[in-house]
Amino acid sequence: MNAANVRTPAVGIDSVAQQARLVGLWDTAPGLKGFLTTVDHKQIGIRYIVTAFIFLALGGIEALVMRLQLAGPNLSLLTPDQYNQLFSTHGMTMIFLYASPILSGFSNYLWPLLLGSRDMAFPRLNALSYWIYLAAGIFLYAGFLTGNGPNDGWFNYVPLASRAYNPGLNEDFYSLGMVFLGISTTVGAANFIVTAMRMRAPGMSLNRMPILIWGTLTASVANLIVVPAVSLAFLMLWMDRQFGTHFFDPAGGGQPLLWQHLFWIFGHPWVYAIVLPAMGMVSDGLPVFCRRPVVGYSVLALSTVATMILGFGVWVHHMFATGLPGLGLSFFSGASIAITIPSAVAVFAWLATIWLGRPVITTAFLFFSSMILLFVIGGVSGFMTASVPVDWQLTDTYFVVAHIHYVLVGINVFPVVGAVYFWFPKMTGKLLDERLGRWNFWTMFIGFNLAFLPMHLTGLLGMPRRVYTYADGMGWDTLNLITSVGSFILAIGVLLLFINVIRSLKVGATAGDNPWDAPTLEWSVPSPPPSYNFAVIPTVASRHPLWEDRLQEQGEGKSSLTRGMLLVEGKETIGTSALDAAPDMIFEMPEDTFAPLLLTIALSVVFVGLLLKSWIAVTAGCLLIGLGLLAWMWPRRQLREREPTPGDAATESSHG
Amino acid sequence: MSATPLNYLVSAGRRADVVLPLTWLTLLISIIVCIVIAALLWIAVRRARSSGGAAETRAAPVARGGDGIRWIKVGLMISAVPLLVTFVWTMVALASVAGPPRNPALTLDVTAHQWWWEVKYDSSEPSQEFFTANEIHIPVGVPVLVRLHGDDVIHSFWVPKLTGKTDTIPGQTNLSWLQASQPGRYQGQCTEYCGLQHARMAFEVVAEDKADFERWRAHQLEPAGAPTSTEQKQGMELVQYRCGLCHKVRGTSAGAISAPDLTHLMSRRMLAAGTIPNDAGNLVAWIQSPQGIKPGSLMPDQYLSAEQLVDLRAYLETLQ
Repeated sequence: MNAANVRTPAVGIDSVAQQARLVGLWDTAPGLKGFLTTVDHKQIGIRYIVTAFIFLALGGIEALVMRLQLAGPNLSLLTPDQYNQLFSTHGMTMIFLYASPILSGFSNYLWPLLLGSRDMAFPRLNALSYWIYLAAGIFLYAGFLTGNGPNDGWFNYVPLASRAYNPGLNEDFYSLGMVFLGISTTVGAANFIVTAMRMRAPGMSLNRMPILIWGTLTASVANLIVVPAVSLAFLMLWMDRQFGTHFFDPAGGGQPLLWQHLFWIFGHPWVYAIVLPAMGMVSDGLPVFCRRPVVGYSVLALSTVATMILGFGVWVHHMFATGLPGLGLSFFSGASIAITIPSAVAVFAWLATIWLGRPVITTAFLFFSSMILLFVIGGVSGFMTASVPVDWQLTDTYFVVAHIHYVLVGINVFPVVGAVYFWFPKMTGKLLDERLGRWNFWTMFIGFNLAFLPMHLTGLLGMPRRVYTYADGMGWDTLNLITSVGSFILAIGVLLLFINVIRSLKVGATAGDNPWDAPTLEWSVPSPPPSYNFAVIPTVASRHPLWEDRLQEQGEGKSSLTRGMLLVEGKETIGTSALDAAPDMIFEMPEDTFAPLLLTIALSVVFVGLLLKSWIAVTAGCLLIGLGLLAWMWPRRQLREREPTPGDAATESSHG
Repeated sequence: MSATPLNYLVSAGRRADVVLPLTWLTLLISIIVCIVIAALLWIAVRRARSSGGAAETRAAPVARGGDGIRWIKVGLMISAVPLLVTFVWTMVALASVAGPPRNPALTLDVTAHQWWWEVKYDSSEPSQEFFTANEIHIPVGVPVLVRLHGDDVIHSFWVPKLTGKTDTIPGQTNLSWLQASQPGRYQGQCTEYCGLQHARMAFEVVAEDKADFERWRAHQLEPAGAPTSTEQKQGMELVQYRCGLCHKVRGTSAGAISAPDLTHLMSRRMLAAGTIPNDAGNLVAWIQSPQGIKPGSLMPDQYLSAEQLVDLRAYLETLQ
């Protein structure tokens, strides 16, 4: 390190002049150019959220059509092929295009605000991850809309998905689309990990991070490890289909079960990746309405990590019926039972938080607290499937359909809707309507339970999954009708949310900086926050900087929110050490740029080329990717991306 | 058959009997846990000081207090007990039902196809082996070994009242076993999604007394009888040169094996893998338009004339 390259940032107080300088440095240009080039994490976060909700609506409509088909026995609203594409697309949409991106959206929006930073670690990568998500979503839906939607389930077992049994383009759209989407997930995960480790406000040591950060961080580490498995599997499938490789073809020495291992070694950790951040939302949101800090912060954080670690050792419970040896099964059975324990920690921590607090019932509180019950219902049915011999009966019946919906709707959708009610005021400056919110909650809660609680019984009475119709006289008719009615009520509930959002954007009450009197950093800035988030970099002395006046024990320091590092010599924020968050580096942040969009377009050309096996398009796309990368990586002096020459060392003011 | 033929909260055979109490145990634990948590949650929420929105929330004071960690400790200690019991019981049950019987009274080779079940009765005497489809007869009270083979895609073999699921996977042979405690008809179903007609891929296990079973087996071993009437003879001709491209009728020149063996077609209760009852009307309807009844089925529509259908039906009805 060159001493001449060290600069100690000036410290000062938040002032109008300071804010004016930051606006000039950080604001995105207005108009279309700004829209296409922005790297502002808040704009990207909101785009993620809106896009994911659009996919939720699409997946929901698909579900409703299926529920019409299943409302009674032997109905023929849909052909078997239409039904199969619908249930596969529904799974793909909800799991890959809604459940994970919605959490990425909230995390993208919230992370820098929660952490006291001015942006994510890699803002351009952040934009890239959104654009690729959008492009991959469109790519996957292009298949569906042209009648080539996935039709072998989201789990896509071979040999059914191999060319011999599925000659159309359906599986090529799905395979390539999933590889495409995997890029978005991977770069997003890398961004979250580095952000959590390096971008926290000074003083925000690891044990002061909000639980949402723990959730998304844990999920991101998992994604980085497991997404390659599924991307590889889909690539191998595509090669089996298009080039006659034999990875999964028993006639050529391949193994159909290899697919299942690769898929579930990804698939099960993925389930945790799409619930842990949502559980984090509850851990951070619920206490605000209980008017006390969350019970058991440390054990909650540790149980989040423990869930993920155990989560790597349970994938075979999706494969209990595949004829694997009993000894192996018993290990995975034990791990699947043990994973109940960290989940139980969270449940008791939340219950104790409500019990020992002074709860105020708001719509967000209703969504967060009801999630506890839905989580438990989804959890115990999961515990039942962990027992191998019991699972041999339960698996692939509607019991498991009920289970997965309690997990995904209960632990993802309910907390997410709660999070909308909780953070919408921060994002827009407007409060959502509480009266409509109550209707929203009760319709969703009643509709959901009406649809999915009786479904456990449908499963126990033996109804197999993934059937486009069923015979009468099986004892399932009434139960299915109830489920269909419930699903429409649930849909009305979701519609009420959309209505509330649109209405409140226009006529909602003004929120103010901190409408809920909540304790964390995002509530210390205006609603909506300015482009630079924090006028001065805050210094944090506790887990709840805004509640310190009421909670702080004797002898503890005080957080400083209005006095801190100014960092106005460029588009800058502070980097801190991984454990203690001691400031150790000034980060120069990149300007808005077309590069992420250009790179996404180039990647889209490549994937469309691969789909059509047009090697010209693939080559052209690759050249475009090269151009995009060149634009992206082009060294820029303001980012200190060049070795200082002796001549200008004196004028360099940052260090690297 | 009962009112709920695939209900697995009732068992009728050893392999299912051992598992059922464990299913009930885990189900009861689950229900109790849900009720307890729901009650705790309900009471906790009922203690709420106020209800409303942002203003009410801001108005409420913030304070710490109470021993929250005790909740987690006590909760975990209580949870550990049912988890441990379930784990031990799971291992015991697994050990007792996982292994196939050492000395099965009967061994079957079941091959799952899109969308029907081929059943071969195995014997050390080749002359005692025979094929049938979609209906498995077993003698009651003795263990029957089922070797499961994959042919096209993955399917799963499941007879809820007798045994849990085992997948049939191309390239490997999986084992399952059945032992019925009382005579009866037990429905089975494919439970691994296998394409267009996964929904209509059922079968039946018929458990019968030893004497009945032996009578049935002896009958199945016989080839088809010779046709007598003119219609039957013309029907047999049709079967030989049309149906025989895929199906087999032992004792005739119809000898293909890519579709169900029809030698004793009329001894089976259902048609098209449990889709429709096997009576004369349904049989004719099925032959003429399988795509109407089971769209996507690998059997093509036949476009036979009325006379041909009469002949065909006359002959097929002799395949008792």
